[in-house]
Amino acid sequence: MNYRISIGLEVHVQLQTRSKMFCGCAVAFGAAPNTHVCPVCLGYPGAMPAMNREAVVLTVRTGLMIGSTISTYSKFDRKSYFYPDMPKNYQITQYDRPLCENGTVVADGGDGAKTVRIRRIHLEEDVAKNTHFAQASGVDFNRAGVPLMEIVTQPDMTSPEDAFHFLLALKQILQYADVSGCNLEEGNIRCDVNCSVRPEGQEELGTKTELKNLNTFKGVLHALKYESERQMEVLRTGGRVAQETRRWDADAGETYSMRSKEDAHDYRYFPEPDLMPVVLTEGEVDAWRAALPEMPGDRRTRLVRDHGIPEYDAGVLVADKALADYFEAAAKLAQNAKAVSNWMMTEMLRLLGETERDIRTVPITPAALASLVKLVDARTLNSNTAKEIFAELFATGGDPDAMVKQRGLAQVSDRGAIGALVDAAMAENPGPVADFRGGKVAAAKFLVGQVMKKSKGKADPQLVAKLLEEKLAGGGM
Amino acid sequence: MTAAELNALTVHDALARLDNGDCTSVDLVDALAAEIQTRDGDLGAFVSVDVDTARAEAEAADRARAAGKGGRLCGIPIAVKDVLNVRGQPCTCASRILDGYVAPYDATAIARLRAEGAVFLGRTNMDEFAMGGSTENSALHVTRNPRNRAYVPGGSSGGSAAAVAGGLALCALGTDTGGSIRQPAAFCGCVGLKPSYGRVSRYGLTAFASSLDQIGPMTRTVRDAALLQEILSGVDPLDATSVAAPVPPYAAQLTTDLRGVTLGVPAEYGVEGLDAGVDKAVREAIARCRALGARVVEVSLPHTAYAIATYYIVATAEASANLARFDGVRYGKRCADAQDPLDLYKRTRAAGFGPEVKRRIILGTYVLSSGYHHAYYLKAQKVRTLIRRDFEQAFAVCDALLTPCTPTPAFRIGEKTQDPLQMYLGDIFTVTANLAGIAGLSVPCGATPEGLPIGLQILGPAMKEENVLRVGHANETARGEGWIG
Repeated sequence: MNYRISIGLEVHVQLQTRSKMFCGCAVAFGAAPNTHVCPVCLGYPGAMPAMNREAVVLTVRTGLMIGSTISTYSKFDRKSYFYPDMPKNYQITQYDRPLCENGTVVADGGDGAKTVRIRRIHLEEDVAKNTHFAQASGVDFNRAGVPLMEIVTQPDMTSPEDAFHFLLALKQILQYADVSGCNLEEGNIRCDVNCSVRPEGQEELGTKTELKNLNTFKGVLHALKYESERQMEVLRTGGRVAQETRRWDADAGETYSMRSKEDAHDYRYFPEPDLMPVVLTEGEVDAWRAALPEMPGDRRTRLVRDHGIPEYDAGVLVADKALADYFEAAAKLAQNAKAVSNWMMTEMLRLLGETERDIRTVPITPAALASLVKLVDARTLNSNTAKEIFAELFATGGDPDAMVKQRGLAQVSDRGAIGALVDAAMAENPGPVADFRGGKVAAAKFLVGQVMKKSKGKADPQLVAKLLEEKLAGGGM
Repeated sequence: MTAAELNALTVHDALARLDNGDCTSVDLVDALAAEIQTRDGDLGAFVSVDVDTARAEAEAADRARAAGKGGRLCGIPIAVKDVLNVRGQPCTCASRILDGYVAPYDATAIARLRAEGAVFLGRTNMDEFAMGGSTENSALHVTRNPRNRAYVPGGSSGGSAAAVAGGLALCALGTDTGGSIRQPAAFCGCVGLKPSYGRVSRYGLTAFASSLDQIGPMTRTVRDAALLQEILSGVDPLDATSVAAPVPPYAAQLTTDLRGVTLGVPAEYGVEGLDAGVDKAVREAIARCRALGARVVEVSLPHTAYAIATYYIVATAEASANLARFDGVRYGKRCADAQDPLDLYKRTRAAGFGPEVKRRIILGTYVLSSGYHHAYYLKAQKVRTLIRRDFEQAFAVCDALLTPCTPTPAFRIGEKTQDPLQMYLGDIFTVTANLAGIAGLSVPCGATPEGLPIGLQILGPAMKEENVLRVGHANETARGEGWIG
C-alpha cells in the first residue's frame, strides 16, 4: 500500500522592531537574563499593553508580499494557559480576526515549483525562555513580549522536502520584506508542524499529529521524515494514528508523545479588553502596497532580462537578498553585469563558503569589484593576476586601481616588448619550436607559458599567442 | 488649628487654610496620622500607613508652596485603595497572594496626583481584588462603618469610604467595577464618583474586570470630587482604552440651581426589596431637584432586569484571565517545596486566594470554556449592548438620571456573608453604569432612623461628568447639612 503525506506549518517569526510588542523594552538577543524587562512584559499587577504599531506594519507588509487579504478591522484576544514562560498566564494574540488572510508562497525544490496556500498571518507576543538546571529552572523574560508573527499554511505540502523548500522560500520573502532578522540561531523563526498520512486514493486527510517548536529547517525536514515514516508504519501494521502533540528529539532522531487530544488545552479565548481593535484604512494599506519591495521571483526575472545573466546565476544571487543587492551595486558601477556575475558565482561564493563570512561584512566592496572588472575589461589586468587581487581584496579590502599602480601589475600590451620576449623564448627552446613546426600544435602552449614567465605574468596572453603564432608561421630565426 | 478641626476639613477648605498659612501639610499629615493611630484599630479603614514617607512628601509640599510652586493639590493628604500601584509601597489588593509585593511604579492616576502635589498617606482596605460589596472579603481585617460600628462600610472601596467619612482622610481614591465607589460612599455617607469608562487611565490599577474598572475620587463634598476628577481625567498612552476627550473645569462649572436641566427617573427603579427609607429619601431628592429648577421626566431602561446576570458573567470572565498572573513565579507569595510548575500554581493559588475570589475565577473560567462560551459570555456581550442602548435612548431626552444608589442602607457585619447571591443582588442600581460605560455619582441624600446614610445615585452620559457633578452639587448645597451628613 502506498501512502500520501499532508503537511501544514505554523511558522513563528520574530519581527525586527526596536521595542517589544506592548511595551518600550528593547528587542535584544543575547543580553544578560531579565535585563530588558518592565512591569508590562513581566505581567506585573496593573500593567497594561500599549500596541507597537510598527509590528502591525511589518505583519501587513508580509501579508502584502504573499498576496494576502489585509483586514481593515482586526483585534487582539487573550489565550489562557498556565506556563512559567507566560508572564500573565495568557498570551495576547489574534484569534478570529487576524491581520492577514489567505495568500500563497511558491516553493521551488528543483523538481518543479509548488504553490503552498497560506491560511492566515496573525500578530502576537513571544513568551519568555525557560532554562533548566540540575536543581532548578530559570526564566529569562527578555524574550517575553517580542513581536511574533504567526504564519499558518494549508496542509498543502506532500513531502518533508516540500516543507523544507517552503521554509527556504518563506525565509527569502521575509528577508526581502525586511521584517525579520531571520536568524535561526537566535530563534527568529520557529515552527510547529502538522503531519498526517493516508492511503493512496483516500480523499480525506488522515489523523494528524503536531510537532512543536522546531527551530531549524533541517530539524523540520528530519522530524517530518521520521514522523511520516512512523505514521505509515502504524497504518501498515493495522494501527491507528493517535491525535496528539509530539516532541522532536533531535539527538535521538525520534519524536515522542507529549500530550494527547484529551489533554488538549481549552484556551478560553476572548477579546483583549485592554486593547482597541486595529483599524486600518484602505489608503494606508494601499500606501504600504505601493512601497513594497520587489519579490524574489520578480527580481530573478529582472536580473536575467536587464543584465543578461544566466537564469541559474540569477537564481543563486536572488536566493540571498544581500548577495543580489551586492551584485546589482557592483554591476551598475562595472557596466559589465556578466563579468560581475561570474566573479560572484565563482570566486566570491567559493571564498564566502571557505571563510564562512557574510556578504554584508566582507572587506571587498561592490565598488572594488567593479574596478577590478573594469581593469580586466581594459586588458590592464590579465585574469590570473585579477584572481590574486580579488583574493586580497576579499581578505583585507582596498582599491584595485591603486594596487595595480603601486605594484606595477599592469599588463604589458606593447607589441615590441612582447615580440622581444617571444623571440627570446623561441631562441631558448628550439625543440618545442621544431615540434610545432613539425605539426605538434600543443607545443605552442608551452611556448606561451615561457613568454608569460619571462614577463612575470604581466604580458597580455592573447597578444603573446598572436605574436608567437605569427613568428612560428613566419619560420624566422 | 486643633487636630479635630484639621481632620474635618474638606479638600477645598484645607487648600484655603494652607494658602492662608493657618496650617501646613505636615500639620495635616500629623493630625491624620495621630487620628489613625488612635481610632483605626477599631475602624480598620487602612491596611498600611507610611507616616515617614507621607511626612517627607508633606515637607516637600510645604516647601513648594512657600516657593509659590505648588500644584493644585499641593500638600493634600490622600488615602489610596490598596489596588492601585504607588511606587515603593505594598499593593496587596487585600489578598494574601500579594504578600511581600512592593509596587515598582506609579499608576497613572497616582502620577497625576503626585504631579499636583498630593501626599500619599496610606492604603485602604477593600474586598480582596475588589470582589465584594462589604469589605468583608478582605483577607486582612474587617472594616467598620464609621456611622455605626456594627455595620459594614460597603465595598469594595470600603476602607476609602470609611476613612473619608470617619475623619481619617480628607479624600481618597477608590475603584468601581460594579458599584465599588458609589455603594460604599452611600453606606458611609460621603461622595463617590465613578467616571465614564476611559475617562481615567487604568494603568497601574490591578485589574479585576478590564472593561468595567474605573478609578474615581471619594470625597466629603461634590466640589472636592470635581477638583480631583479634573486632575485624574485625560488620555494616557499607557492605557489604550483611555479617551482623548477634553476635560472641562468641573469645579468651576458647578451651580447651585438646576434650571434648564432635564432629569430622568427610570420606571424600573421600584425593584423588589427596595427599602422604604431609601425610597422616601430618593423621592425627596427628586422633589428637591424639581424645586431647584429641573424638569423631571420618566424614562425606561427595559433591560435592567438582566444587568446583574450580565455583569457577573462579563466581570468574572475577565477576572479569570486577569488574576491568572498571580502564580507565585515572579512576585508575591509562593508556596514552599513545589514539585513542579503545576503544583506551584495549585498550592500558591489555593493558599493565596480567598473564597470569593476563587468563586469568581471558577465562574469566569466556566463561562469562557469551550461549549459554554456562546451561551454565557457571548450572550452577555449582546445584552450589554442592549443595556448601553437603553441609556443612549434615555439620555436622548434627559441630562442625567436619578436612582437610589443601593436598594437598602448598610447591612450588619456578617449578615450576608453566607449568601453571596444576596450580596450580588445589592448591585442592581450600580452595575448598569459600568456595563454601559457611563458616569455615576453617589451623594448623601438622607439617613435611616438608625442613622445609616442613604445615597442618591446620579447617572450621566459617557464623558459628561459635569452633568452628574452639577446635579450632585446642587443637591448637596440645597440640603445644607455639610459633609458630616
